[in-house]
Amino acid sequence: MADSFKFDLVSPERLLVSQEVESVVIPGTEGEMTVMANHAPTMTNIKPGVVTVNTAGGGAERYVVFGGFADILPEGCTVLAESAVHVDEINREDLARRVQEAREDVADAKDQESRTKAEEFLAQLTTLEGAILPA
Amino acid sequence: MASLKDLRNRIASVKATQKITKAMQMVAAAKLKRAQEAAEAARPYSERMGAVLANIANAVSGSDAPPLMAGTGKDETHLLVVCTAERGLCGGFNSQIAKLAREHIRSLLANGKTVKVLCVGKKGYDVLRRDYGKHIIDRVDLREVKKVGFDNAHGIARQVIGLFDKGEFDVCTLFYSEFQSVMSQVPTAQQIIPAAVPAGDEAVQASDAAYEYEPEAAAILADLIPRNIAVQIFRALLENAAGEMGAKMTAMDSATRNAGEMIDKLSITYNRQRQAQITKELIEIISGAEAL
Repeated sequence: MADSFKFDLVSPERLLVSQEVESVVIPGTEGEMTVMANHAPTMTNIKPGVVTVNTAGGGAERYVVFGGFADILPEGCTVLAESAVHVDEINREDLARRVQEAREDVADAKDQESRTKAEEFLAQLTTLEGAILPA
Repeated sequence: MASLKDLRNRIASVKATQKITKAMQMVAAAKLKRAQEAAEAARPYSERMGAVLANIANAVSGSDAPPLMAGTGKDETHLLVVCTAERGLCGGFNSQIAKLAREHIRSLLANGKTVKVLCVGKKGYDVLRRDYGKHIIDRVDLREVKKVGFDNAHGIARQVIGLFDKGEFDVCTLFYSEFQSVMSQVPTAQQIIPAAVPAGDEAVQASDAAYEYEPEAAAILADLIPRNIAVQIFRALLENAAGEMGAKMTAMDSATRNAGEMIDKLSITYNRQRQAQITKELIEIISGAEAL
């Protein structure tokens, strides 16, 4: 069995997870990565996606996060999510609202740079929507 | 001298007021508990955010730092974000924040700076409008919001950052009341742009680790700082919410006590007058009987 390490998932509103885990899958902006114990110190941005937590006991929990960043140290990992919910508690309306907002952002974008950014965000959101809501 | 009927009415009305203040106190106590829990729940996030920010700020050298952190290099136009409560009846809570902001505005104006004010909450707007109405550029109304969420803070942060990007101001200061206990809330001014880098033990300890950044540190920092501003505003709003309820509870408690004292005093006057009247009537009857 792999070594366990301390994992914290915090959103501005509350502390969601704080426990010993075996591995965590984080949706980084540059691609998904699996963090295990004794990972090299890394800091990464997170795109909207699913954080999968494999607990030390063997269970797996999935959380939906909407952007944020992760601070990874050999002895622990902290995910600061802008907003995070357990996969079972996510509701369609909320997600649809976020997608709608992202669409408006794309429409409102004034220069090329912010448009690209907004479009990227929208794409990430729609991917996420497809991934967690089996139609 | 008020008549007996007047006194009776008076007592009844003070009693009704006392019931209201009592109820408000209990409501405030219940809300305070929730507000305090929310403030505590938000603490881990802002603490870790501070640590991470200190960490990454060390990695990005001065010239690469985004303008939100380095500032515009000028000190001419100040934006004051004044957060107050939406409702009154909470003692000196709102006026204390407004007073601190007013002093700040006065000293800035005396030094020849341009001042812009963004009011969050109705009460601060009402107070500042009188003296500095032309400096107020906008106000954010949270009246309809039952429980302050991160989205509210994020909206305000976006507005502030939008103004900064347009070059509307150089320095931004946040005014709110720090919740220390139910009895004491300390009005505080905190500079959020350019961001003051949190220093201290955490920063020193964290800088030892050689971090890998994905994407590079400057890009993360550019993403992190707007988020940090939102977090600071969120924290201010939560502290305010807890402080408001604390102040309201204390104010309503003393109002209830004052009403009780008033009822006691009025009852004594009422009883005295009643007795005086009875005595007067008795004397009239007796002297009438004697005259026969």
